[in-house]
Amino acid sequence: MIDMLVVDLSRWQFAATAMYHFIFVPLTLGLSFMMAIMESVYVMTGRQVWRKATLFWGTLFGINFAMGVATGIVMEFQFGMNWSYYSHYVGDIFGAPLAIEGLMAFFLEATFIGLFFFGWDRLSKVGHLVVTWLTALGANFSALWILVANGWMQNPVGAKFNPDTMRMEITDFMAVIFNPVAQAKFVHTVSAGYLTGAVFVLAISSLFLIKGKHVELARRSAVVAASFGLASALSVVVLGDESGYVATEHQMMKIAALEAMYETEPAPAPWTLIGLPGADGRLGFHISIPWLGGLITTRSFDRPLPGIDELVERAEDRIRSGIIAYNALQQIRADATDQDARAVFDDYWADLGYGLLLKKYRADIENATEDEIVMAAQDTVPSVWPLFWTFRIMMGLGFFYIGFFALWFYRASRGWIDTHKPLLWFSLFTLPLPWIAIESGWFIAEFGRQPWVVEGVLPTFYAASGLTVIDLVLSLSMFVLIYTVLIVIMVLLMVRVIKAGPKDNLLAIMPAADDEDDFVIAALPANRATQELGS
Amino acid sequence: MSTLPLDYETLRLIWWLLLGVLLIGFAIMGGRDLGVAALLPFAARTDEERRILLNVIGPTWEGNQVWLILGGGAIFAAFPPLYAVSFSGFYLAMLVILLALILRPVGFKFRGKVQDPRWRAAWDWGLFIGGFVPALIMGVAVGNVLLGAPFHFDDTMRIFYTGNFFQLLMPFALLAGLVSVGMIVTHGAALIVGRTQGAMAERARTYGVWAGLATILLFALGGVWVAFMDGYVITSLVDPNAPINPLSKSVELVAGGWLNNYRLNPWTILAPLLGFGGMGLAVSGLTRDQKWLAYLASSTGIFGIIATAGLSIFPFFLPSSTMPDAGLTLWDASSSHLTLFIMLLATLVFLPIVLLYTAWVFRVMRGTVGADNLTKNPNAY
Ligand code: HDD
Ligand code: HEM
Ligand code: HEM
Repeated sequence: MIDMLVVDLSRWQFAATAMYHFIFVPLTLGLSFMMAIMESVYVMTGRQVWRKATLFWGTLFGINFAMGVATGIVMEFQFGMNWSYYSHYVGDIFGAPLAIEGLMAFFLEATFIGLFFFGWDRLSKVGHLVVTWLTALGANFSALWILVANGWMQNPVGAKFNPDTMRMEITDFMAVIFNPVAQAKFVHTVSAGYLTGAVFVLAISSLFLIKGKHVELARRSAVVAASFGLASALSVVVLGDESGYVATEHQMMKIAALEAMYETEPAPAPWTLIGLPGADGRLGFHISIPWLGGLITTRSFDRPLPGIDELVERAEDRIRSGIIAYNALQQIRADATDQDARAVFDDYWADLGYGLLLKKYRADIENATEDEIVMAAQDTVPSVWPLFWTFRIMMGLGFFYIGFFALWFYRASRGWIDTHKPLLWFSLFTLPLPWIAIESGWFIAEFGRQPWVVEGVLPTFYAASGLTVIDLVLSLSMFVLIYTVLIVIMVLLMVRVIKAGPKDNLLAIMPAADDEDDFVIAALPANRATQELGS
Repeated sequence: MSTLPLDYETLRLIWWLLLGVLLIGFAIMGGRDLGVAALLPFAARTDEERRILLNVIGPTWEGNQVWLILGGGAIFAAFPPLYAVSFSGFYLAMLVILLALILRPVGFKFRGKVQDPRWRAAWDWGLFIGGFVPALIMGVAVGNVLLGAPFHFDDTMRIFYTGNFFQLLMPFALLAGLVSVGMIVTHGAALIVGRTQGAMAERARTYGVWAGLATILLFALGGVWVAFMDGYVITSLVDPNAPINPLSKSVELVAGGWLNNYRLNPWTILAPLLGFGGMGLAVSGLTRDQKWLAYLASSTGIFGIIATAGLSIFPFFLPSSTMPDAGLTLWDASSSHLTLFIMLLATLVFLPIVLLYTAWVFRVMRGTVGADNLTKNPNAY
């Protein structure tokens, strides 16, 4: 039998390391783009302050990027380490985007990131700008491919189970790439990353403006952040909605759970703004807005939204046909030439995953009792209330940021940037909010998919490696320990870099000194310039 | 899938080769960074020297590491059962590698950000671990591959691994680990000699010569050991075009079995010859101050040594010691015909592009690194 403790620990470990990796990813996505924009302005206008800004944000970017790489390698290896049956079962499809990500994206960003830092004095202005853009492009390609992989887990298109090899195999690669879930996820996730970058730049620029330090650089950075942020916030919300729409087609259970909707609502369904669990754990007190739910999720007024109860009934049926598929599979495994069994399997294979849900209760699932079938069908319901609330937090922050950036954008266009202290303080304190939204988003996407690791195909508990509890206790505690130490160090270093501020004198040491302020700085005594280099 | 222009057997062979290219690619490209890091506390004595070393590899190590990441991704995509068995079976060994690798990106970035000597010394050792430990454990893993790993499957292809971490540390596996460390250190030393000047280069030269000699000796010892050790030999007919099923073949243990391929195809002797020749030439290049010759020769040596291991076990990837029939070969651990084909197309498109821009970046960053490089660039490590 499967050791559920090992499964739970594996889930904890994967969730913890993935959420941790995704602390750094959004900043990489957002900052790389903003640096590219700032450097472009530098190349076009030749004004040193833009280069200084690029270098300053670049230093913070570098610290964050190092953490992103360190935690990313862990992710790449963990599928095989902790989810070996998963790796065997879907590797034929899932491995491809991961490998292409390495070929197309990681090589690009990792090769050019070196030149970004070390190439300032070896490349022409335009040459360096191209390098910066290529780094940003690499990061975005990487998001694309990993989300193609992740999108496939949410909506496993273009693949079929092969009874001879006991695994899913690819039938249509284009369907995997152009998976609508993956497309929506990509746009929503990278926009969320841009938004995070914009908030980061805006918050630190606000700090400089409050202190009256580095005002030139801070004002310009704030303008870039305000416009970039407004565009990203709009895109996150509009395309967040798209993400919900797409999920209804394929993951009605997730939507029903997000809405705590147990009974099927007649179309158009209302949308629950806030709600509390009643005595039976179902939706108790709540405030709803009529029609909105149907509109958001089905883009129509006449398609009903199935509730959790109805979806559980459907799952029961699918479990029963899953048992038929499983029996046929057993026959094929015993005798590969059994054509009758193959015919049956072809009719029922799509429900095989539902049959596997019973493996939690017994190994010989063909003998499952009615009770076990009912329990397995109940298992298809994710925990409703954590999903319900995180979803509302994420949405609330989405609308908040539209307003926030709209305000900033308006003020920036009027030239009122450093005039309103309270707004600056407020901007500084919003710094953690994008991370709350982002981690909520991943929680919804991944936890809302439970009990499946691949929707409808492979239950999570069935996908884990046959490790021991000791293995997992060791690895999980090592990760927690080293990750905690590293993030403390990282934050302290970032604070240090921010306190030190952008480095003025260093610009002189670099060639491409083609405008006036450079000569002024170059006149500084050389030893003073070198002194500051060590830090 | 008969519509694909390449048959299944050919594709599997191509992917066996490509996997070799990626792993050797990592050993040569990433190996130089591992080797330099492993020498960091020894070849460089002062903070300035250490910074010079870090700035020799600083601009390019990240791209080099992608060879490893892509190696992992390619095993996942092209040989999923191999990825599943090896990564979960060698769980704690993988964990140790990961913990060591985590120290590298942060070590490079964080070390220079604070002046305190204790801080810097701590990261120096962190970077040393990040170079030495992966080199050692990857070698130990190859040793265990030759010995066979204790795993089997049930009929749903669920994997059961019955060994533990300490069983990985068999004498032969440790020997393989030392060969790996030896060749990586030689390679790193050749790079230091090629790209720096002065006392540090002299020290690196000495370490490199000794590491190169040790590699030759240990590699030879390994060869003799393998000649007497049990190798795995497939005794049933295998259909290279069949769907994967590791349980469909029979395998026997034969003393000296790992040398069969060299008997059957004498040209494969070239691989160990390149291993010995490359390392020997590297040693002589180092002693005679022919810097670039030494670096090219150590690369060739690494190529030869890894190719030797790969050719010895062909067609195996990972034999099983507890259920020999379940051992994984390139015929019964691959992805589907279509996936292998798609991945080949992707590789043919992207790998040449990668090689082009990598070459360009190496060219931009070429040249000797000295103390002045540390002051010229505010981003220097
Ligand atoms: C939406 C974006 C996104 C998501 C969902 C993930 N990553 Fe990531 N990853 C990136 C976006 C990214 C990035 C922006 O490209 C990073 C982050 C910081 C960085 O250095 O590059 C990165 C780095 C990074 C690296 C190091 C690459 C290098 O050396 O340059 C690896 C191996 C992975 N990731 C692997 C994974 C895996 C296996 C994931 C799934 C579980 C994953 N990432 C989720
Ligand atoms: C970096 C962003 C990501 C975050 C924050 C994240 C978050 C999570 C969380 C919270 C879980 C645990 C769910 C649970 O067990 O209750 C999980 C599980 C999992 N996720 Fe993700 N995920 C991310 C990206 C991905 C991607 C891109 C993939 C695939 C390419 C992926 C594959 C998985 C797998 C295989 C599991 C384990 C099975 C499971 O427990 O659900 N995740 N992830
Ligand atoms: C009105 C606003 C928003 C709506 C309607 C919305 C909707 C959604 C939905 C339905 C999902 C789950 C997709 C799935 O199950 O696969 C999701 C995921 C996610 N959301 Fe949002 N979201 C909003 C705002 C935000 C904001 C402000 C952020 C961050 C700054 C954010 C970041 C994420 C992330 C990172 C994910 C996980 C990746 C993904 O599945 O796309 N979202 N969002």
